[in-house]
Amino acid sequence: MSHPELDDLLGKGWRKPAFVKNALLRWTLIVGFIAYLIAAYMTIEVDWGRVYEGLDRGWAFVLAFTSPDFISRWSDIWSGLMESIVMTVAASVVGILISIPIGLGAARNIAPLPVYVICRGIVAISRALQEIIVAILLVAIFGFGPLAGFLTLSFATIGFLSKLLAEDIEAMDKVQAEAIRASGARWTQWVNYGVQPQVMPRLVGLSMYRIDINFRESAILGLVGAGGIGATLNTAFDRYEYDTAAAILILIIGIVMALEYLSGIIRARVQ
Amino acid sequence: MPVVEHEGAQIWRRRTTGQSLVRWFGWLLGVAVFVYCWQIISESTTWFFVWDAPRIANDIWTRATPPKWDYITQLGRPIWDTLNIATLGTIIALFLAVPVAFLAARNTTPSALFIRPIALLIIVSTRSINSLIWALLLIAIIGPGVFAGVIAIAIRSIGFCAKLLYEAIEEIDHTQVEAITATGASRWQIMAYGIVPQILPAFAGIAVFRWDINIRESTVLGLVGAGGIGLQLSASLNVLAWPQVSLILIVILAAVMISEWVSAKVRGAII
Amino acid sequence: MLRLQKLTKTYKTGDQALKAIDLDVPKGQVLALIGPSGAGKSTMIRCINRLVEPTSGEVLLDGVDLVKLGSGALRKARREMGMIFQEYALVERLTVMENVLSGRLGYVGFWRSFLRRYPQSDVDEAFRLLDRVGLLHMADKRADELSGGQRQRVGICRALIQNPKLLLVDEPTASLDPKTSRQIMRLITELCQERGLAAIINIHDVALAQMFVPRVVGLRFGEIVFDGLPSGLTPDKLTEIYGEEDWEATIEKVDDDEEIEAAE
Repeated sequence: MSHPELDDLLGKGWRKPAFVKNALLRWTLIVGFIAYLIAAYMTIEVDWGRVYEGLDRGWAFVLAFTSPDFISRWSDIWSGLMESIVMTVAASVVGILISIPIGLGAARNIAPLPVYVICRGIVAISRALQEIIVAILLVAIFGFGPLAGFLTLSFATIGFLSKLLAEDIEAMDKVQAEAIRASGARWTQWVNYGVQPQVMPRLVGLSMYRIDINFRESAILGLVGAGGIGATLNTAFDRYEYDTAAAILILIIGIVMALEYLSGIIRARVQ
Repeated sequence: MPVVEHEGAQIWRRRTTGQSLVRWFGWLLGVAVFVYCWQIISESTTWFFVWDAPRIANDIWTRATPPKWDYITQLGRPIWDTLNIATLGTIIALFLAVPVAFLAARNTTPSALFIRPIALLIIVSTRSINSLIWALLLIAIIGPGVFAGVIAIAIRSIGFCAKLLYEAIEEIDHTQVEAITATGASRWQIMAYGIVPQILPAFAGIAVFRWDINIRESTVLGLVGAGGIGLQLSASLNVLAWPQVSLILIVILAAVMISEWVSAKVRGAII
Repeated sequence: MLRLQKLTKTYKTGDQALKAIDLDVPKGQVLALIGPSGAGKSTMIRCINRLVEPTSGEVLLDGVDLVKLGSGALRKARREMGMIFQEYALVERLTVMENVLSGRLGYVGFWRSFLRRYPQSDVDEAFRLLDRVGLLHMADKRADELSGGQRQRVGICRALIQNPKLLLVDEPTASLDPKTSRQIMRLITELCQERGLAAIINIHDVALAQMFVPRVVGLRFGEIVFDGLPSGLTPDKLTEIYGEEDWEATIEKVDDDEEIEAAE
């Protein structure tokens, strides 16, 4: 049985069709990327002698994890850690409370247009500015201390939570909400009965996740003077006290793991 | 259904008396914790500065505007460095994250008892610690500069990428792997034909997503001396050159928005 | 050619999926394996090429016991057995051609397969097979762009390019419409005749099995309860395999007993 199509193909090689069909574009992309990598590599000045010297210190740091020193700076570690936790708790509470109305306002399907635009604006600003930059500005304005850290974390929480909450509300099941509205409920009642039950599990889950992030972030705010464990950690590095630094890092990792575990349990119970 | 007898009539309640008591106690405890946290923050705050804050904010604003536009000529190199830190850091992280993810996924790990916990420990510890802290540590070890920034971003990203990737690996369709196994393929061939094609889209998505985050993070690494535009920010802050600070903040905002746009475009093209 | 001796599979949960199965499949014979779901059909097929490890017993392929083979020798033995799956099990993000060529993985080294540089003879054979099942024009399409029947044809090509002696076919028509099901069954049996292949076809559709296959084996609770010509599948035999009547009888009997007790 002869088949013209088949006879054409037999004996010819076969190549996998390329991901980018246009050959010129494909080669431009490949060559451009390699050229970029070379250029980037060339412009990084690495002092290999310094790196080589540092290997000893790096190894000393790794060893420090086997014998972390919790004791000699315990009072510093304790006060720093407490400050971090206090900032996390206070900022999470305030941030979550504020982000609920803003989240409602930023959902197009339940908020009028002017409210929507304002709330979306707040969310956009909060998300575009990173925590550490906000912290620098707030420290400049309010002075050193945990107040600046607290305000920073609250502000960041609002951007994070309001956006996700708004997206969740926009994606909710319309029929359930309409059924409540059809019963003649007021707007507040409608939100309470028609919207809240649908988004509550996810709100709880996201809040737990944000508490986790807030704690992690609170560990670096101290670097710019906004309170928390970061200042203690910075001092430990400056003094080359790797065993104390290792102790602090172990505490941070431990608390983050505990928080993740806890949030896993809570999320499983809520959903 | 909890019901209360009141003057001979049955009244429906949402919760029993015991349940309500527990809830009230929970709320009370929550409020008490929050008030306590707030007190700690308040104690370590110099309230004089806070009352003075509007004036200071106004003062900073007048000094910072207008931004010193011609300073941008000196920002070319720092922006290039920032881009390199994010890009090279992401590439290194991806190379390291792939093996970690395969060791951590339940269906590909060689030993669920010994190797998987180690891989999970790597993921948790690199993920819990902010890139600024990694940068601090690396600067103490190998000295300040762009190189420390690249490594800091790379380490921080390993856990993030490996976690998302191993979740993708655990979700693959097992029958496709079975089919490749049945042809008599070797272990590596099963990997290349049965598993890799299934996780490739997730991998590309993760890479671009993390690159976007890394651009944000690398803009501030300079605050601790790890290269990039953050160095200029920190130098300008130290000499209170507010017009330069405002220009740098505008540049950072632009970089963040551009990277978000690029990553959204690329992800749209892949998926 | 293929002989199962006392093949037993007990899962960790304690479920005994196969109870000392003995079966002989001569060269070139196509047989259908029927039985209710959970009877152990799928487990039996997977025990033959050791996608599922048998608990005890022997799987003799041309006199070699597959159960005792090490991983390298097992891979060589798997090349002799092509497998066709229920949900096609194509690697969906690869092209049709790559899926067909993946049947040669047992024959080519890792780097050759990784770089998609298959020997010319394999590429030619892949084109011939695709032409035989009428999908030559689809060679460079991605597998997830194909319809169900087309995918199963690609799955058949992947199994045949292994140049096997035996086909293991697991519910080939379960996700297909009746017309496509017949076409696929016809294609499989025709190809087996053309190439002189033996095949074990798991199938739940008895009528379809009777239409195409010269020998039927009925499996129930991990035991062979029927082995013979399709014409021998009388309603009584079917009842024995699928056991619906039996089940009703049990219920009736219990009811009767209760009535008697109540009367007393």
